[in-house]
Amino acid sequence: MSEQTDRRVREASRRHFLQAGAALAGGSAVAGLGSSRALAESGNNLPPNVPEWMKAPGDPMGSQPYGTPSVHEKGVVKNISKTLQQYISASGRTPLQDLDGIITPNGLFYERHHGGVPTIDPAEHRLMLHGMVDRPLLFTMEDIRRFPSQSRIHFIECSGNPVYTKPYGKTASDLVGLVSCAEWTGVPLKTVLDEAGLQAGAKWIVAEGADAAALTRSIPIEKCLDDAMLVYSQNGERLRPQQGYPLRLLLPGFEGNMNVKWLRRLKVVAEPAYSREETSKYTDPMPDGTAREFTFYMEAKSIITRPSGGQRLSARGFCEITGLAWSGHGKIKRVEVSVDDGKSWQDAELQEPVLTRALTRFRLPWRWDGSPAVIQSRATDETGYVQPTLAELVAVRGLNSFYHNNAIWPWRIDANGEVSNAQA
Amino acid sequence: MRRLDLEAALLAGAIALLGAGAQAEERYGIGRPATPAEIAGWNIDIGRDGANLPAGSGSVVRGRIVFAEQCAACHGDKGQGGVGDRLVGGQGTLASPKPIRTVGSYWPYAPTLFDYIRRAMPQNAPQSLSDDDVYAVSAYVLSLNGVVPDNAVLDAKSLAAIRMPNRDGFVSDPRPDVHNH
Repeated sequence: MSEQTDRRVREASRRHFLQAGAALAGGSAVAGLGSSRALAESGNNLPPNVPEWMKAPGDPMGSQPYGTPSVHEKGVVKNISKTLQQYISASGRTPLQDLDGIITPNGLFYERHHGGVPTIDPAEHRLMLHGMVDRPLLFTMEDIRRFPSQSRIHFIECSGNPVYTKPYGKTASDLVGLVSCAEWTGVPLKTVLDEAGLQAGAKWIVAEGADAAALTRSIPIEKCLDDAMLVYSQNGERLRPQQGYPLRLLLPGFEGNMNVKWLRRLKVVAEPAYSREETSKYTDPMPDGTAREFTFYMEAKSIITRPSGGQRLSARGFCEITGLAWSGHGKIKRVEVSVDDGKSWQDAELQEPVLTRALTRFRLPWRWDGSPAVIQSRATDETGYVQPTLAELVAVRGLNSFYHNNAIWPWRIDANGEVSNAQA
Repeated sequence: MRRLDLEAALLAGAIALLGAGAQAEERYGIGRPATPAEIAGWNIDIGRDGANLPAGSGSVVRGRIVFAEQCAACHGDKGQGGVGDRLVGGQGTLASPKPIRTVGSYWPYAPTLFDYIRRAMPQNAPQSLSDDDVYAVSAYVLSLNGVVPDNAVLDAKSLAAIRMPNRDGFVSDPRPDVHNH
């Protein structure tokens, strides 16, 4: 580029920055309405006028070396509570109600970490594989990427999504935003285990993260030899630090905590570690005082994301109902939707591809007649398992449980179109 | 015929041996051997039976001092909780509508308490305590829960010998547990 071009690029970028700032300031002045709406209401860019963005060149190539969403989508961010006791061991949720399709953008993938997000130099990261193996091995990231690779689409879901007791969340994200879905690339764990040679009696693998929690979970060997993966890329690019850069474990359908991030060590053993994360936490207390341990699978679940809590129907008439369904046990076979508070149910259309242990998008065309309604969805997976109601879950598990709540969640639509949590 | 069968069997056996050899050859040869010293540095997990507990020891008396310096800011001076989890009390509450889950009421194995404290605590400086101090803090937390006496000194053997109150409180996963169809 010539010096002159350089200068033009810089000037255009600066101009864009100033315009974006002005647009945002305008947006915030109208309390909650989007900035695009604020501009539109001025009328200057609407027919018959020529929009201002047609009267001058737009941003030059290179003004954004790594693309980010439109400034008008600034509100679509992770849902992170402002009142957490602490932010080192904490979670941030995917804004499910603002997204389409089944793939979660990397910047909006839910986060849960127990010792903050480490900044790991991949050149100084190692995976150690030892214990009951013929050949204890140490791998660099370059080594890991030399193995035959594989890409698969799977969801990951935190097991506490949502809790069983009030207060329940207001939005779909508040309720079940600790689930996200991506295309993962890496190497089947089995391939790497074969390289070391499993010894007789190997029943579990203890996985450990290179974070400040050195988070540790025990994985049954059957899962390790089935569909477990060592993952280094997510939606085509290297893992984000929040997702375990440079290496994480992926255990499709198992609770999120077991998909150990920043993976540094795999120890093949005969029995589980009974680590803090699989005894003191991530166990399921029952009413009789016992607690279930090693509750790995996330059972079938669904949620209507539009219309959903916090949204408002703008008009009577056509209103597509859409949402997400998923199961740790395989593919979603069926999603039913009720628009009459559970009295009757109709089959929703499932968007292809319907993938095993992946989010599945469902849709139902609907006409809202302007009267109050309660809408909800119910998923069935390929094992025949049907998503339960909260009452059915609580009848079996009581209210002391924290994890693995996969209840049906109804939304109430008021006559004025406002949508809210019907259980709240 | 019989001789042919024998030859065939021998041949099949030879091919099987060759096959096994070929399979071994098919390893990718990626990665390098992890040395015993490298493994020793990272192999920090402690078995529930105390396997892999290091040498050293710590007293409740020393643990009280370390706890006040390193732990009390988050867990409270008596382990009553704060920003960090409550560590003390709750025994007998697990079957009630307000269960209190602590080291004393819920945690099933004493050696894994050592494991967790050493690997992850204190939150602002994990893996900074000496093994002796991890034994000491473990002893102090256990004493606050009445699991060991105030004059206890714990090492690998005595920590592994402790029977936690909720040791038998865990059951396997019975799901699917809701039969609604």
